[in-house]
Amino acid sequence: MARYHCTLGGERHGFADLRTLLAAASAPKSGDGLAGLAAGSAKVRMAARFALADLPLKTFLEDLVVPYEDDEVTRLIVDTHDRAAFAPVSSLTVGEFRDWLLSDAADAAALAALAPGLTPEMVAAVSKLMRNQDLIGVARKCRVVTAFRTTLGLEGRLATRLQPNHPTDDTRGIAASTLDGLLYGVGDAVIGINPATDNVSNAVALMDMLDTLRQEYRIPTQTCVLTHVTNCIEIMNRGAPVDLVFQSVAGTQAANVGFGVDLAVLREAHDAARTLDRGTVGQNAMYFETGQGSALSSGTHHGVDQQTVETRAYAVARAFAPLLVNTVVGFIGPEYLYDGKQIIRAGLEDHFCGKLLGLPMGCDVCYTNHAEADQDDMDDLMTLLSAAGCTFLIAVPGSDDVMLNYQSLSFHDILYLRSLLGVRPAPEFEAWLAEMGVTGGGARRPAPLEARFVRQLVDGRVA
Amino acid sequence: MSRRDDERTPTERPGTAPATDPWALLRTLTPARIGLGRTGNAIPMRAVLEFQYAHALARDAVHDALDTEALCRALEPLPTLRVASNAPDRATYLRRPDLGRMLAPESHAAFAGIAPAEIAIVVADGLSATGVQAHAAALVHACAAALAGFRLAPVVVATQGRVALGDDAAARLGAALCVMIVGERPGLTVSDSLGIYLTYDPRPGRQDSERNCISNIHPNGGLSAEQAARKLGWLAREAMSRKLSGVGLKDDMPAALGTQSGAPRIAGS
Repeated sequence: MARYHCTLGGERHGFADLRTLLAAASAPKSGDGLAGLAAGSAKVRMAARFALADLPLKTFLEDLVVPYEDDEVTRLIVDTHDRAAFAPVSSLTVGEFRDWLLSDAADAAALAALAPGLTPEMVAAVSKLMRNQDLIGVARKCRVVTAFRTTLGLEGRLATRLQPNHPTDDTRGIAASTLDGLLYGVGDAVIGINPATDNVSNAVALMDMLDTLRQEYRIPTQTCVLTHVTNCIEIMNRGAPVDLVFQSVAGTQAANVGFGVDLAVLREAHDAARTLDRGTVGQNAMYFETGQGSALSSGTHHGVDQQTVETRAYAVARAFAPLLVNTVVGFIGPEYLYDGKQIIRAGLEDHFCGKLLGLPMGCDVCYTNHAEADQDDMDDLMTLLSAAGCTFLIAVPGSDDVMLNYQSLSFHDILYLRSLLGVRPAPEFEAWLAEMGVTGGGARRPAPLEARFVRQLVDGRVA
Repeated sequence: MSRRDDERTPTERPGTAPATDPWALLRTLTPARIGLGRTGNAIPMRAVLEFQYAHALARDAVHDALDTEALCRALEPLPTLRVASNAPDRATYLRRPDLGRMLAPESHAAFAGIAPAEIAIVVADGLSATGVQAHAAALVHACAAALAGFRLAPVVVATQGRVALGDDAAARLGAALCVMIVGERPGLTVSDSLGIYLTYDPRPGRQDSERNCISNIHPNGGLSAEQAARKLGWLAREAMSRKLSGVGLKDDMPAALGTQSGAPRIAGS
């Protein structure tokens, strides 16, 4: 028996349950096709959207897409839902909610007050009824400010993660890429390394190197080695310099088990990081990455479409007051997001959904070589996300990540965005750049920073 | 794929005199594209073209078709079987990894009447037909030599194939061990890398955690065919005698047998 219906052009369409309705209403994604969840035709997709538009928002508090008994992410979502915050929109349908979000009534203050009253499923649902310009326009109105040694998310700012990866974790090679990025004014969100070898002693060596650099040059930023959270707990116990605790998270309990984590271990790590008290202007100490398709890839999506599951991951992130969250949108592969159009759509959806739920949302604007995408698509997505007020973007030397073998943004791309849209780095970092003589970015006349840093690298005194 | 005559290494960029450019030295520390310089806010022309050329090589590696006839000739005198996965074309293959893990029904007949063997070697295009076309034959010959003493099945050559396809093929050959050789996902720096996946008691439904992997096999600073084959020989003997593969089979091969160059990664997944 179909629980949700729509009559369209004289034809009656039924959708067995809320999961089916949400999946059918989704923008086309190869991952939903792979999972057998996508709408069978363009007409059915529209029938699902009409039905979804008429659905009361309240429905999502009663009809749970993943059962409460089976899943701790569902329990987190239900148990932390703020009914008072939800009250202003509690009588709306999903379609009316879309109209309200675009109205002048939904200003920064109203959206911030509403965030704890929204569940991921409500947010995913309304995003499915929104065009790209709606996703951009509403996300831009959201203001989410977090801080550690820099203050992120302020009006007119765009922060960046400097990602100086190296195929064998060579510390001097990583330092060289770090210098390159700093000279382009990149790195105010975090200087974050994906280690090639994921073990404790390797991570400690990289953390020590980054922390030494940060202190020597008094760089107002935070550093991170993106090792598994259980490694990071051990590293904190050993007293190594941990600024941010990183973890990949997903939207179901089973998918998180696939990542080797649960809410309890994230809580333990969060508590440990806060105890270290290393922030200067704030204490948001967690960094999470997510991405559409991760639950499907581990067979743990519970029949829920990939964009809705992705949005549930944001409920996990928001429970730990993170400094940074980003979707790795094009990284997971063409079996989930096939081409540039799907990657761009997903990037805008993820940013919007994260922001509406109150997260400091950033994006790794990226693609793999087996996806139907190239740097032109990345130009489009980074420009759109920056217009949407994205908290931070990731950049690597020349767009080429030589360790993870995929393409992200370049340091130059950040200069382009700053020049085009007037978006500036975090205020603390901006002041440091001025002090170090790095103005306008990419100073090829040797700035004091460059001369000193290069000399130390050449002498082998760095790293 | 012919190489361009004027091909440059990443450290030889035009307009940089090593004596005056401190970045010349820094470039020796990492293969990353550092110190590119800029024109306005943009990357200079030459570096843009070099990036796009590297991407073009990677794209061709993904999309080129494997010439199975040429590969089988290069595999002589080893006997071969040619099969296909259930993915009818490249576009479907990229969208539907599940189809690339299954043999096409028409390919089942190829296994009829073949005598049972101990070890089956399966070669599939994976995500780099270019890499398989260029290097798979040499790697198979080296592996066959390293596995001397075991009864080997005819080499299976599969198109539109993923790693798990080897399980189905090896099971049909009655093999206790599957040695699956596939083209790895190409990067900008290396687009012709191969990987070997070793699975004990292969059958459909095996998990990645039940395999051992030798990756990064290519001539451009990776593991050589001989190094990879030596590693495989050690792992295969261990797997056969201990009757397992994957996370339970650690890579504790004696260092003297190991490799001195490249960055081999052996992992359970």
